[in-house]
Amino acid sequence: MRKYTPKDNVQAKSYYTDRFWVAPFVPKSDVSEDAHFSKLLEVMKESIEVKDAYIQIGQMIIYINPEDNFKVLKLMKEQYDYAMCSEISAVDYLAQDGEFEIFYQMLNLKKAKRVRVLTRIKEGHAIESVVPLYNSANFAEREMYDMFGIVANNHPFMKRILMPDDWEGHPLLKTYPLEGDEAASWYEVDKIFGKEYRDVIGPENRDPASIDRYDTKRFSRVGYEREFDADISSAEKEAPIEYSKARFVNYNKSSKQLDERR
Amino acid sequence: MAQHQVNYASAAGLPVALTSVDKLVNWGRSNSLWPLTYGLACCAIEMMATGASRYDFDRMGTIFRASPRQSDVMILAGTLSKKHTEFTRRLYDQMMEPKWVISMGSCANTGGMFNTYATVQGVDRIVPVDIYLPGCAPRPETLQYALMMLQKKIRRESADMNRNTKQNLRMI
Repeated sequence: MRKYTPKDNVQAKSYYTDRFWVAPFVPKSDVSEDAHFSKLLEVMKESIEVKDAYIQIGQMIIYINPEDNFKVLKLMKEQYDYAMCSEISAVDYLAQDGEFEIFYQMLNLKKAKRVRVLTRIKEGHAIESVVPLYNSANFAEREMYDMFGIVANNHPFMKRILMPDDWEGHPLLKTYPLEGDEAASWYEVDKIFGKEYRDVIGPENRDPASIDRYDTKRFSRVGYEREFDADISSAEKEAPIEYSKARFVNYNKSSKQLDERR
Repeated sequence: MAQHQVNYASAAGLPVALTSVDKLVNWGRSNSLWPLTYGLACCAIEMMATGASRYDFDRMGTIFRASPRQSDVMILAGTLSKKHTEFTRRLYDQMMEPKWVISMGSCANTGGMFNTYATVQGVDRIVPVDIYLPGCAPRPETLQYALMMLQKKIRRESADMNRNTKQNLRMI
């Protein structure tokens, strides 16, 4: 029987995992311990539904519904001086939960406070863009679209940012193999020469230790040395091994002893 | 002796040994190799160091040009991403004949450590390469040596580029 490999997560796994390893636990504390965060959370709860909120390593982490993201960020920016949105991206939990987790990393420069706003959306769903609030979200949301295929609604220029425009697939998904799919491996050949040149150029060689024994241009074997570019596909005769005659050359011709100091 | 008479007026009967022309043309070509300034990644730093005063490419007649129209050698220094391949090929196509390519460093040779979806696994998939430089990154001496090897190769070749075997590869 063939070995079963899951199709929803094709990422490389480590060969060995310690069965007694326990993930280090980051202690969570209650939001009421911090006056600023507790006040912010209180105001937030008046207008939207907060699923969960706690403090981890001095940051407040809140879970909200995906349709409230614009409202929450607007409130944080306009009333609580969160002037900076330093990062937006997503995490692929499709294999686990069938959802993406989108995070907004917020920074209050006046009080040096950080909040991470987390929300989960189903595959194929779109999220509202926050570009009207933060210009930094422009590239971040484009990258999120490029890497995960999550569309941000009302984004001014929803286009791929890192990969070429005619690229197939979204590379940061767990279903996307690291070495690329069929379209990725032939991308440059198809684009420059056309599909009919696939046979001429051949597939990518991704084995760094590959040796072609019949290739006399790049390889030779000890005892089987041949002329450059000789055809050895039919037969391979053994040649006597020739060792270099020069050995133990004494380069120190002078009689001076260098290891004795005077 | 009439059949051995040379008609000096007609061009077809020139009694000139063309090996001398080859030598002269190749002398000119090999001693004025102008590479395209084409740094793609960290190998470009070594390429710049080779061009600068310590290693001094200029004394070999090698002057970096910023335009493909003026250059003969393309030194592909660094990781080539798949998004960039069409521009590389376009620059190569824009270069004047005769032209040569040096693939500098592991990434350009084989993709190197970037065994990923976005990196070209060897630039010889898109342009015909004359010299592969190993190293990550190769020292400036290595690039200098490669250029000297390329000069040797040019001096060995026929001045008529259509007679060289590489022309056949150039079609792909």
